Amino acid sequence: MSGIVSYLGGGPARVDRPALEERRGLRWLLIGLGLGFLGLFLLVPLAVVFLTALRDGLGAYARAVSDPETLSAIRLTLTAAGIAVPLNLVFGVTAAWLLSKYEFSGRSLLITLIDLPFSVSPVVAGLVFVLLFGARGWFGPLLEQLDVKVIFAVPGIVIATTFITFPLVAREVLSVMQAQGSDEEEAALTLGASGWQIFRRITLPKIKWGVLYGVILCNARAMGEFGAVSVVSGHIRGETTTIPLHVEILYGEYHFAAAFAVASLLALIAVFTLLLKQWVAWQSRRSLEPRAASRATVAAPAVGGAAI
Amino acid sequence: MSVRVEGISKRFGLRKEVVGVDHVSFSAPEHCITSLLGPSGSGKSTLLRLVAGLEVPDAGTVEILGQDVTSTPVRERRVGFVFQNYALFRHMTVFDNVAFGLSVRRAPKSEIAGRVDRLLALVQLSGYERRLPDQLSGGQRQRIALARALATDPRVLLLDEPFGALDARVRVELREWLRSMHEQTHVTTLLVTHDQEEALELSEHVVLLSNGQIQQAGTPSELYENPSSSFVASFLGGAKVLTGSVEQGRASFGTIGLSAFSDLADGSRVEAFVRPQDVRLEKVPASSLVEPASPSEGAPATPPADSGSASLASAVSGAREAWVERLVKVGSYVKLSVVLPGGDRLSVQMPRHEVEERGIAQGDRVLLEVRHVKVSPAIDYVI
Repeated sequence: MSGIVSYLGGGPARVDRPALEERRGLRWLLIGLGLGFLGLFLLVPLAVVFLTALRDGLGAYARAVSDPETLSAIRLTLTAAGIAVPLNLVFGVTAAWLLSKYEFSGRSLLITLIDLPFSVSPVVAGLVFVLLFGARGWFGPLLEQLDVKVIFAVPGIVIATTFITFPLVAREVLSVMQAQGSDEEEAALTLGASGWQIFRRITLPKIKWGVLYGVILCNARAMGEFGAVSVVSGHIRGETTTIPLHVEILYGEYHFAAAFAVASLLALIAVFTLLLKQWVAWQSRRSLEPRAASRATVAAPAVGGAAI
Repeated sequence: MSVRVEGISKRFGLRKEVVGVDHVSFSAPEHCITSLLGPSGSGKSTLLRLVAGLEVPDAGTVEILGQDVTSTPVRERRVGFVFQNYALFRHMTVFDNVAFGLSVRRAPKSEIAGRVDRLLALVQLSGYERRLPDQLSGGQRQRIALARALATDPRVLLLDEPFGALDARVRVELREWLRSMHEQTHVTTLLVTHDQEEALELSEHVVLLSNGQIQQAGTPSELYENPSSSFVASFLGGAKVLTGSVEQGRASFGTIGLSAFSDLADGSRVEAFVRPQDVRLEKVPASSLVEPASPSEGAPATPPADSGSASLASAVSGAREAWVERLVKVGSYVKLSVVLPGGDRLSVQMPRHEVEERGIAQGDRVLLEVRHVKVSPAIDYVI
């Protein structure tokens, strides 16, 4: 916007007011509406979470957060995210690489399929895994023979979390790869680089901010996922409850302050994620922009002599 | 022959519905620059990428230095490829860019440093080692891309519209620089370009393509002087194609007083290629009334030029009245659009001083004198 405005303002038409600028009253109305909505639906709830959490004092807050069941929920959430995120990092980057570098039939179908976990309800996703791995599911008898418990156990939670968060890295990396094209990769290929060398030395540096961005979003979703995990967890306290499930249990038992205290942990994760996301977006923009500052010093030798 | 392409075809799309190149064969002599010239969509870039191995042909073979490389992967073909948009590694310094091809082959560090030094000197960018590509101008980037391609000592250098993204002045400077660099290195080079001037000036051999097929191949003079079709004539030198017929052993072109001897049978359709530079205009004084001169008189007959085809006759210049519809001064020369009596338009390019001496202005009636016109039997040819 500012670029357009300054361009129009500096043009020969001598417009005093940039063409795209709204009238003052309308502008304030729009800004007011936007900020009002933001405050009502985003900031007030966030404030309520922290206020309610601290209602019974810091001591109650500390007790709720350090309760063994809460600690177990935190551990399980960290475990699930700790497994799901690296898996989706590998799957996502591989899928994005495949989809952006190769043309094959079924390619667009595969791109659509990546979004599947987003388009089905998380509850349905959870039920699918119950039908697959539950006691009466397809693989139920086999798992029973092997004495492996998936549903109502940690593996089920990890699988559900991985499924739900799959599109986040893949989507992000795919769009970055498509935007950057593959000219540099082709150049590296003609220079004799192997596939791995190209990936490590050319592609990875190009996509690293996109990957990090995807990982941050993936992690946030993995820690906050409720629906699918709720279906496969079985809500066994201290064993198969993640932070969101634990919040629900506390809330259902009328421990409001404790519920909000644990919920405030999720809110903190969210705020931290947003800040991190902003920082990564800023970093990646900076890495894409031409180094404007150093360009000025370069211009001097470029003008004179044999330089073209 | 350094590069030989034999019957190569490539189609694109999931249903193979888009023709890239269609059964193309050509060869490029060693140590020379060969241009693949053609309008956009003619398949010239596809052909270059097939030689590099960046595309897999549907049919046909590619040979480099007598060795069939059709099924050799890109990285083992030892070709240097320069892209239109440079494709420099943005996150690497100039030094690392040029060194890339050597470092992936695990060449010793000292050898890499020496070679990069020499290449940067060759492209006249010594002292720029620590810069990032973003800190260079377009022309500098393209020279780094060239140095990078030369670093691995390629058997063939493949340039895909290397100057296409640069502004006109830099393009001309780089063209001269490339020419002198080639005189130092003598690397066999294939140059893809849509710019006929670039092709004629830089290369010893030109392959002219259109619609995925070769229209004509040969030296720049051969193509310029003996175009094999109206497409070649109009693409090279912007010739206007006039169609006429043979009457009593002379080819005549409607109301324009242009005629030529022809040994074709009376009534044969013929076409003439008239280049803008080969037309001279003379102002008709407003007072004088010029009677239309019959083609046989007034115009001096020139001796038959040696043309490749026996059935071709050499041109005879003729003079005829026309009027100047538009006149644009472009630096040292003037571009004019002249309307012929029959309504045909002819582009004319004359030195500025001639136009000024003769006082020709827009709307003037002028006498037309055509030199070096090429007459050939008309081929039903669809461009």
